[in-house]
Amino acid sequence: MSNLLAARLQMAMSLGFHIIFAVIGIALPLMMVIAEAFWIRTGEDVYRVLARRWARGAAILFAVGAVSGTVLSFELGLLWPRFMEFSGPIIGLGFALEGFAFFTEAIFLGIYIYGWGRISPAAHLAAGIVIAVSGAASGVLVVSVNSWMNTPSGFVLDGNRATRIDPVAALLNPAMAAEALHMTLAAYAAVGLLAAGVHAALLRKDRTNPFHRRALAIALAVGGVASVAQPFSGDFAARVVARTQPAKLASMEGQFHTQRHAPLRIGGVPDPRSGRTRFALEIPSGLSILAYQDANAEVLGLNEFPPKDRPPVVVVHLAFQVMVACGMVMMAVSIWAACAAWRCRGVPDGSRLLVVLALTGPLGLVAIEAGWTVTEVGRQPWIIHKVMRTTDAVTSVTGLWLSLLVYTILYLVLGVIVVRLLMAQFQSSPGANEMAVRSGSKT
Amino acid sequence: MTAMAPSQVVATAILFALTLYVLFGGADFGAGVWDLLARGPRATAQREVISHAIGPVWEANHVWLIIVIVLLFTGFPAAFASITTNLHVPLSMMLVGIVLRGSAFTFRSYDNAKLNDRRWDRRFSWPSVVTPVLLGIVIGAIATGRLATRPEQPVSLFSVWLTPFPLAVGLFALAIFSFLAAVYLTLETADPSLQDDFRRRSLISGVTVGILAYVVYILARTEAPLVVRGLGASSWGFVVRVATGTFAIVTLAGLWFRRYQVARAAVMVQVTLILWGCALAQYPYIVPPDLTVSGSAAPPQVQRLLIVTLAAGSLILFPSIYYLFRIFKVHTFHPASNRPGE
Repeated sequence: MSNLLAARLQMAMSLGFHIIFAVIGIALPLMMVIAEAFWIRTGEDVYRVLARRWARGAAILFAVGAVSGTVLSFELGLLWPRFMEFSGPIIGLGFALEGFAFFTEAIFLGIYIYGWGRISPAAHLAAGIVIAVSGAASGVLVVSVNSWMNTPSGFVLDGNRATRIDPVAALLNPAMAAEALHMTLAAYAAVGLLAAGVHAALLRKDRTNPFHRRALAIALAVGGVASVAQPFSGDFAARVVARTQPAKLASMEGQFHTQRHAPLRIGGVPDPRSGRTRFALEIPSGLSILAYQDANAEVLGLNEFPPKDRPPVVVVHLAFQVMVACGMVMMAVSIWAACAAWRCRGVPDGSRLLVVLALTGPLGLVAIEAGWTVTEVGRQPWIIHKVMRTTDAVTSVTGLWLSLLVYTILYLVLGVIVVRLLMAQFQSSPGANEMAVRSGSKT
Repeated sequence: MTAMAPSQVVATAILFALTLYVLFGGADFGAGVWDLLARGPRATAQREVISHAIGPVWEANHVWLIIVIVLLFTGFPAAFASITTNLHVPLSMMLVGIVLRGSAFTFRSYDNAKLNDRRWDRRFSWPSVVTPVLLGIVIGAIATGRLATRPEQPVSLFSVWLTPFPLAVGLFALAIFSFLAAVYLTLETADPSLQDDFRRRSLISGVTVGILAYVVYILARTEAPLVVRGLGASSWGFVVRVATGTFAIVTLAGLWFRRYQVARAAVMVQVTLILWGCALAQYPYIVPPDLTVSGSAAPPQVQRLLIVTLAAGSLILFPSIYYLFRIFKVHTFHPASNRPGE
């Protein structure tokens, strides 16, 4: 295995692992804060139990997110020292601000988790709000660094060196708003519907359990709203990609040749040798309209770019299709749940809906992994779009396959343990009888 | 006195963040060491004190390390690239330790199925021993001045750190972290016999710190001559050494006479002085013998923006940390008798 491939795989695996915990760290605090706010408002103990239960999950997942995030901050240098030497001063502002946001999140998570009963309910709720806000902020700031790699700005290239560095302009790069919005919504959509899926499955077994009913309602509200909004932010993001990274757009869409009235391809497998995307359902002029709001607009194909500047089209196109498909299913399920809730004026609990919610729960995480594949692989062969190639950024340290192996085993083991711990949490979730007892007691 | 250049301010901020990481995050690792070494009739009680002490704060304490890294790669990118390239192996191993320690500790706290408690104990404890040694090794290896600092220079993956001096610094770091933890833990319990357990551990680790400090110094004369010369040449070197020694004595005396508040304050100053002494000795280098603070700094406008960010961030950060410690550590400031029952 080449060193470059090992470095890329290790980075992909570390990011792919961390991102799951990162998005949960963004969205789960919002849900527990909502539950706690309901508890303070209504005095119904079930909300307090719910907030505490979600907080337990948040504590487990946040810890893994924190340490796997630490690994990433080192890996930037361990794997890509030339990239960091060049871009550290340019993108450091985003990371520094993220450091503070993350710090705030860690501090108030400690206060929230261990502070039940030690501080006033209002202070406790405020701590939860701080976690939710700083979690979202740190996500946005990290994404700003990624969007800078896609649309680098805030410096002037002088030979191999960056001069006239403007870290604020780098932070507010052209792709930043679109990527940050898309990723933040993705976090709420994925985690909300994932939690809804878990509680739907548990509710199916225990229909009258007020705990799961309340949990399902909050999770569906958070995940559903985000899922319905997400396709619009995706459209916005795609238009930015069309403007700033035409080769990535061409790969996403399997567009080999420049054309007007470019069709939107749904599904299909790109074949780089013949330069065609087969088996796709084509909507005439769809891509031209979506990317440029004009059926006559010209969409650049991969043929415009020399072969050494083209992203691996098969991976990017398929990942993009997976992401969009998951997003569409999530939107459809959310609309269905909203209609059902409107009709029954309460928590929707139809058997079929609960089954579908449980089955589609993990799709958001699949979409997030696929989406990251699109943005990262779609930028190749560049680590910084049109500024630095990934081959030029990789470390000179040899034998990276060993480190890849070690981290793969480490993350596999951690993943298995986390899943087992969460399963244990779900199984020990309060039954209906217990809830009735709890609401009777004062504690 | 002339005003500090922006790069010097950022370098000082890195030292400051590293100091806080050692004083707080380091002590959390040290607590893991004592978890592993919990012995005798009160072993379980000792573990409970430890888990209670670090539970609410370890994640926040850990973030200081991330602040150090971010400031380093933003302010001194060439130094960061050199360190992460030359010390790839010990850094990678250290990260594995950080991941295992953090996750195992959390898993243990939230394992309602109790998937065999002792297993988590061991996984939390062993990385707590290995990780500080690796951190010390990294710092020691930098001080030797043998890191390749230019991309075209060949890198040796093992020979820069698998030598007596970095290894001695590694053990020194482990001893310091354990010492800090033991002293802090004397104030985390109201039970006099538990206090005595941690007092005994403090005294043993305190003496170990002293012995290892001497070993490190002897080795440094041949292995890290640049740094030793720096400490000798600096007008502050003598003052810092005397002050470090004085506070070491105060710490041990405080422990001996069971004045734990005094011991805790003194040990914090002592460890801070050790770190600042090392930094002073190494100045003006970040990575000797080529990369100096001013020579490897990012452009001044970046440094200035970084300083503004640090100042603004501190306005939120320090009150938040104060709030966290006020909630969870206030009991360590009161005499054991009037402490509320947990």
